[in-house]
Amino acid sequence: MDEGAQFHRVFPLTGADCDVWVDGRRLKARRGQSLLSLLLEHGGRVRTHERTGEPRAGFCLMGACQDCWVWLSPTQRGRACTTPVEPGMRCFTRSPEAEVLP
Amino acid sequence: MKRVAIVGAGPAGIAAADLLVGRAGISVTLIDEGQQPGGQIFRQPHPGLATDMKRLLGAGHARLERFRALCSNVLPQLDYRPRTLVWNVFGGELMTLGERGVDSLSYDALLIATGATDRVLPVEGWTMPGVYTLGGAQILLKEQGCLIGRQVVFCGASPLLYLAALQYHRAGGAVAAVLDTTPIAAKVKAIPRLLALPGVLKDGLSYMAALRLAGVPIVGGVTLDAFVGEGRAAEVRYRAGGQAHAVACDAVAYGFGLRPEMQLAELADCALRYDSFRRQWYPDHDGDGRCGHGVYVAGDVAQMGGAEAAGHSGRLAALSILADFGLEAPASPEPDRAALARQLTFQDGLGHAFAWPAAHVAGLADEVMLCRCEGVSVGEVRRGLRSDGGPQEANRAKAATRCGMGRCQGRFCGSALAELVAAETGADGVARPLDRLRAQPPIKPLPISAVAGEPLA
Ligand SMILES: Cc1cc2nc3c(=O)[nH]c(=O)nc-3n(C[C@H](O)[C@H](O)[C@H](O)COP(=O)(O)OP(=O)(O)OC[C@H]3O[C@@H](n4cnc5c(N)ncnc54)[C@H](O)[C@@H]3O)c2cc1C
Ligand code: FES
Repeated sequence: MDEGAQFHRVFPLTGADCDVWVDGRRLKARRGQSLLSLLLEHGGRVRTHERTGEPRAGFCLMGACQDCWVWLSPTQRGRACTTPVEPGMRCFTRSPEAEVLP
Repeated sequence: MKRVAIVGAGPAGIAAADLLVGRAGISVTLIDEGQQPGGQIFRQPHPGLATDMKRLLGAGHARLERFRALCSNVLPQLDYRPRTLVWNVFGGELMTLGERGVDSLSYDALLIATGATDRVLPVEGWTMPGVYTLGGAQILLKEQGCLIGRQVVFCGASPLLYLAALQYHRAGGAVAAVLDTTPIAAKVKAIPRLLALPGVLKDGLSYMAALRLAGVPIVGGVTLDAFVGEGRAAEVRYRAGGQAHAVACDAVAYGFGLRPEMQLAELADCALRYDSFRRQWYPDHDGDGRCGHGVYVAGDVAQMGGAEAAGHSGRLAALSILADFGLEAPASPEPDRAALARQLTFQDGLGHAFAWPAAHVAGLADEVMLCRCEGVSVGEVRRGLRSDGGPQEANRAKAATRCGMGRCQGRFCGSALAELVAAETGADGVARPLDRLRAQPPIKPLPISAVAGEPLA
């Protein structure tokens, strides 16, 4: 576990291991865990707010606040807290392109 | 054949489905955004997680087992669509987005059992990493097996405050403090109503006792001043008994009760009712879940009631649907009505014991962020409201300042915006109801790939 992780695992995951690339960096994940739990077991932030530049790391953890959005491809954003990781998944915490819908 | 569409596979939706499945002349479609059935309370661990739910939930574990048994009986008998968001209701059709993309579904009766989400207020520093909603902190533990931090402060006003803190303690987390914004005197006054369900009251008191026994500091009647840290939460500052205090932490879980997820009810043209005690709006219904023109509500979205109440109100809504179709009822509504009434008396007690701190907003400094999505501060909205010819109503303030216009659609700033508008315009929120941000489709953001070529209402 990284220094400065925000989340701390207390119950083990038994799913199969898989690799996930976050901003080009490879992380070991367990299939089915949420992308947000992976990001924050390895760090202290998810993204930087577009307007204020502040760091953000999710808030509601139940798919309602949209604070944890990451890029799953250049044209698709998704909520990290409700997105289960898949083997080979790539995600980016910075926008390659312009805004999507509201 | 009549089609009943149920949105929400929590205790309300499942209890309703249980009465509807297997009846001649009815087909049931159950849609839920979640990976698995359960709603908020029975949030299930994902399959690869070796959680010790028994230790975590204590006495609540038997309830979870009963719910799972009910699901495994009911779900195979209906058209269950998990991982599917209902993002609009229009002209008697639901617009959905699921694994197979965008779809629509017509219905003869629509039961909205979409539950509730945490009701929060801004506190200085609330957008910082490490600050989470109370419900979120609990869900992360139950569903993902993680804690939001190693040293967590639980604060606000909610019955979940002590329960969530105790669950963290049981799971091996350190609870730095429980800071309750409701004074103890208010809790004592709530006891007569809480005695409507003596067993539940006893459970609640036992959570507090267990935390005290574990040496967790519990402070009542606090005012939350700020969550402080360098890029992540490290301290909570508060006032109690006229004195300023601080407690060190690496995460904060906070909340002030729940707010109904009623956007679909609004879009389905249900009338709304203002609850001047809780200072928020709910879909209006006849007590048995009827909203009119084929739309029904049940569970937390219909009234603040908790999981048991959600089950009873789900059954009542199902009985209403059957009666309105002219079909024979499998049971009398009376026992569920009586049980629901007891639950609601108890909830009124909880509403006093964990009071909504309406005055908190008027005391917020201008620099505090009000809308976390759009990055709009309290001061920007205040200045807008105070300017010559400035907006005097929440939806106008939204248009003028962008507060509430972001991706969460006002779920997390809406209550504060309403209180701020009231404070600035002299509305008391009792004789004159608070404003309410209107729901707009899509009720949650859709990935652009999902709507390419689709008309957005
Ligand atoms: C985070 C949280 C934790 C809680 N913990 C406890 C607890 O420990 N003990 C307790 O007694 N009570 C708890 N409560 C209150 C309790 O959860 C509720 O009283 C009970 O779950 C309400 O049941 P329900 O069926 O009305 O709604 P919920 O259980 O909230 O279920 C609603 C369902 O609807 C789905 N949904 C919502 N909108 C859409 C949409 N547009 N499209 C598709 N699906 C949708 C959601 O995914 C969810 O599964 C908690 C509430 C919350 C919010
Ligand atoms: S943390 Fe709120 S949507 Fe993910």
